[in-house]
Amino acid sequence: MDDDAELLDRLRAGDEQAFVVLVRRHHDPMIRLACSFVPSRAVAEEVVQDTWMGVLRGIGGFEGRSSFRTWLFRILVNRARTAGARERRSVAVGDAEAAVDASRFDAAGGWTAPPEQWIEDVDDRLRAGKLADRIRSAIEELPGRQREVVTLRDVEGLSSDEVCAVLEITDGNQRVLLHRGRSRVRQVLETEFGRA
Amino acid sequence: MRMGIRPRDIVCQQAVELVTDYLEDALPRSGRRRFERHLAGCPHCTEYLAQMRATIKLAGRITPDDLTPQMQDEFIALYRQWQADPGSE
Repeated sequence: MDDDAELLDRLRAGDEQAFVVLVRRHHDPMIRLACSFVPSRAVAEEVVQDTWMGVLRGIGGFEGRSSFRTWLFRILVNRARTAGARERRSVAVGDAEAAVDASRFDAAGGWTAPPEQWIEDVDDRLRAGKLADRIRSAIEELPGRQREVVTLRDVEGLSSDEVCAVLEITDGNQRVLLHRGRSRVRQVLETEFGRA
Repeated sequence: MRMGIRPRDIVCQQAVELVTDYLEDALPRSGRRRFERHLAGCPHCTEYLAQMRATIKLAGRITPDDLTPQMQDEFIALYRQWQADPGSE
């Protein structure tokens, strides 16, 4: 992943192709991330372009103390927040919500409706198509902050430290959001498999 | 699944809320032991943990949307615009 550094050197030297490679490499996560702050894909695309212009203009000041990706995503988040028509979500974590609906446990907290088994069917379903779309939409339907954290951690593979730096949240909040987001996606998958 | 429950043992409904802290290695050692002790006696929660791991793995397999040729052209135009007028922030 860290030939980002080499591409940056080439970019500084005026290599247009290096820019295209960088843009291509980071485009999908940038769009996903921007989409969680702004109301439409079109606005997200504008935010991404605006971010790259900011990168080009600021590249002389990038010292490499954080990874390029962290720096890039922070610029993106700042611009997306500014562009976001959505009201600021000042409460990072929101109301408590259960990982699994309380109705599935008895009064003592034991399972009465235990998880349906589905893991062994995953490969068949992936081959059949559908499943990939369902996971994608399950993540897209998560509430904003959960979606940001799940996208960065699980889809894009950032570390928890990177996610905290990009979104400017504490490690504890990051974990709560990750937990809620993942729990919801798991539930969607369980429901999806149960339907077959 | 709760035979001979001890006061400091956790129940399933609590276990499912600890899964992420467990996977993130954010539980204190005693909490981690309690969680693992619960799993050892509970096939449902063991299955639940496996499903959370499968969920994470599946999220990592989403295929990225690639740049369309039209968007690539827009980025090249952006780059040339910057070259013509580097400005700085």
